[in-house]
Amino acid sequence: MSQDTMPQEDAGSWTLGLRNWLQRALPLQNALPHRQPYYVGSWVYVFGVITIAALVWVIVSGVVLAFFGPQWWHVSGVGRFFNSLHFWSVQLFFVFMVLHLWGQYFAAGWRDGRAATWMIGAVIFLVSILAAFTGYLAQQNFDAQWIGVNAKDAMNSVGAGSFFNVLNFGQMYGLHVMLIPVAVTILVVWHIVAVRMRGVVKPIAPKKEAR
Amino acid sequence: MDTPATYIHVGFIVISLPNLLLIAGMVVLFALALVLPFPHPGRSNGRRRR
Repeated sequence: MSQDTMPQEDAGSWTLGLRNWLQRALPLQNALPHRQPYYVGSWVYVFGVITIAALVWVIVSGVVLAFFGPQWWHVSGVGRFFNSLHFWSVQLFFVFMVLHLWGQYFAAGWRDGRAATWMIGAVIFLVSILAAFTGYLAQQNFDAQWIGVNAKDAMNSVGAGSFFNVLNFGQMYGLHVMLIPVAVTILVVWHIVAVRMRGVVKPIAPKKEAR
Repeated sequence: MDTPATYIHVGFIVISLPNLLLIAGMVVLFALALVLPFPHPGRSNGRRRR
């Protein structure tokens, strides 16, 4: 039912208001477009899609690792495989996220009302660094201990050590497997929705036959 | 994995060889993305997809 034809008693309904806002901000033809402008055919967006694909593998392998635990991922062959899968999908995630970021930087992807899309992407990058850092600390090996012992001095020097204790495995592991992944996932979904709402930014010098 | 990586020292810059190679690979990939044409698959009715 449209806003024009709604009964008087529906005025002020927050569900109706939210639905109307969603229909205006993100109509289904924008959310799931079957055609895109020519400039979407670019390797920069392939990099973005590979980043999302890598994130899926990071989450899937991370769920398996969290289920079986450190003894499993250090000792068994299958555990080592999933540990490596987690590590290398993170490498791919960062490599292609940075390539996508470079592309958007040089294309000035924040133009024409897309500042939020750009900033959410930048925040994803920063939060992902935190995810990678806590991940290194959660490895439960000598590398993790070395990183933790060195990083504690950095945290203490900026006054963050009292509430962000890098030597506290429980705190770092909890952040790594729960809070930060949820944050990254929400931000990535938000980023994609922002892209769908505003569309992909036009090239700085679009082709004459641009459609 | 049990041996430390080779490190390169240039002035105040210290970087491990694996990290340097990774960054170099990313720069090469980015440069290729700029010059390689993006494939536009033809549609099933033979018309070029736009």
